[in-house]
Amino acid sequence: MVSLIVRRFFQLILLLIGISFLVFMSMHIAPGDPASIIGGPTASASDLEAIRESLGLNKPVLVQYVDYLSGILQGDLGYSFQTNQSVADAIMTRFPNTLNLAIASMIVAIIIGVTAGIISAVKQNSWFDVSSTTIALAGISIPNFWLGTMLILLFSVTLQWLPVGGLNAPFYTVEGIKQLILPAITLGTGSAAMIARMSRSTMLEVIRADYIRTAKAKGVRQRGVIWIHALRNAMIPVITVIGVNFGALLGGTIITEQVFAINGVGRLMIDAIAARDFPVVQATVLLVAALFVLVNLIVDIIYALIDPRISYD
Amino acid sequence: MDKLLQVDNLVTQFRTAEGKLSAVRGISFSVEKGETLCIVGESGCGKSITSLSIMGLLPSNGEIAEGSITFEGEVLTKKKEEELRQLRGNKMSMIFQEPMTALNPVFTVGYQLREPLVLHQHMTKRQATDKAVDLLEQVGIPDPKKRLKQFPHELSGGMRQRVMIAIALACNPSLLIADEPTTALDVTIQAQILDLIADLKRKMDMGVVFVTHDMGVVAEIADRVMVMYAGEVVEIGEVKEIFNNPQHPYTKGLLASVPNVDDEHHTLESIPGSLPNLNETIEGCRFHPRCPLATDRCKREDPPIFDVMETHQSKCWLQEVNVHDKAATSS
Repeated sequence: MVSLIVRRFFQLILLLIGISFLVFMSMHIAPGDPASIIGGPTASASDLEAIRESLGLNKPVLVQYVDYLSGILQGDLGYSFQTNQSVADAIMTRFPNTLNLAIASMIVAIIIGVTAGIISAVKQNSWFDVSSTTIALAGISIPNFWLGTMLILLFSVTLQWLPVGGLNAPFYTVEGIKQLILPAITLGTGSAAMIARMSRSTMLEVIRADYIRTAKAKGVRQRGVIWIHALRNAMIPVITVIGVNFGALLGGTIITEQVFAINGVGRLMIDAIAARDFPVVQATVLLVAALFVLVNLIVDIIYALIDPRISYD
Repeated sequence: MDKLLQVDNLVTQFRTAEGKLSAVRGISFSVEKGETLCIVGESGCGKSITSLSIMGLLPSNGEIAEGSITFEGEVLTKKKEEELRQLRGNKMSMIFQEPMTALNPVFTVGYQLREPLVLHQHMTKRQATDKAVDLLEQVGIPDPKKRLKQFPHELSGGMRQRVMIAIALACNPSLLIADEPTTALDVTIQAQILDLIADLKRKMDMGVVFVTHDMGVVAEIADRVMVMYAGEVVEIGEVKEIFNNPQHPYTKGLLASVPNVDDEHHTLESIPGSLPNLNETIEGCRFHPRCPLATDRCKREDPPIFDVMETHQSKCWLQEVNVHDKAATSS
């Protein structure tokens, strides 16, 4: 297990270097000159040249990349072209919001998805199964900007139960939870649907397994058969889906943060892309990539914990 | 001897897309304390479904449509699921064909062995662990303390089947149902497992229902033999009777299809044709399309069960003739 973590850590570093290179190059290849955006429409050619000089944009691209990389290795993510604020600071103030949103959505997705999937499988072809499978299909198909807007219309505007947007109260307060509910449902629905479908199909397979019949022959109660003997076996493929979905969910935060006016990393990234704010774009993409790799490492560790047949040594 | 298990006119049906199909068609038999009854027949003849019916473990689309099952004087077919659950793994146990998949891969041997003890005998974890060590010793597993901490994938097939037997015997059941427990094992391991079951049966005075299609296994362990064909009992009797004096053409066919290495002139015979589908309707005797001795009557009328002896019955019209002959010679 320790060797897995060490190995993955080195893979993570290599991966991040690769990603940083791709992002860095694609930002420079993409049309749009940061100097002209900063200088505005009235800036003269010499003004633009001065801006480029001050930002280091007049050096060869590869030199810029090496400078950037050595900065990162020293813990310096650079400064925003737009605000001159330290990129690290900008991310640190917003990252907790994004992380809260992502974790809350994942919790919503796992609780709803796993429960619905298992009940569907145990009561296959019942009204519950049919309606939950239908809702799951709808959940996968609905775009989350539309779902978010509808939820706001219903629960915030019409019923006035929950706030329209924003995320500034700490997540452990009542106000913080109220602010998280709608965005978490918006972002978690698609994953909940995927998890429900996967849980249902693996559970259907597992409850027909020989060892489930053995458990029944031993006189284990029905709920013990399902929630102890079957669940742990059925969760192995479901956890893969959860890991992969976490990546999609991180991408989804961009839209959800926009819809609910949450000051998170997703919005920071979108604004930075529009303004060709290279350092901010690079740093936020790296952060998301690192998170994705970390989540998949956690998934691998959970595998080994629930399935004794898996060993990484 | 006391009747441990009495099955009367059992009919087990399955709901399918083609309607209700009967896998077991009105069979009756009994098992006494300390006795081993072997149920033999081809795959699909209803022998496994009979054992699952007794345990109350039919798949969700199966049900006992008619008949009754009485176990230790109590009518199982009238009991609620919860009452049956309290008997399963406790007073009656079952072991299965596939030791490789019959144990849960994600729990330790110890957990799976303690489970029935905690459920039925309300032992604490500590008491159950001590008992589990005893049980593993009883089924001949060396170093039981270490084995308790292992997972099924760390054990061989024979070891796993021993663990299954230990689980089944944990609560001293009075009835053990073994559904082809040696089919998936090496021949040498087979013999060990058969000896183990026979030995434990003697020690615990259990009734055993042993499902198999292997006549060699039957000869080894049966007290009585019940031959099933297409959901019906075609012949039942004491093991010596069945082997030395088989009456039903199907039983004769089964015995003729066992290889014999001692007799170099022995030709291996097979029974032509195959088992009818569950949805096939057959007029008369269900075996007549494959029977070398079938007469016109067999095609029209389903034979009743005739007594060959007090302890030997056969469901074949040929028997009627024999019965008449006997009556004629004795008068």
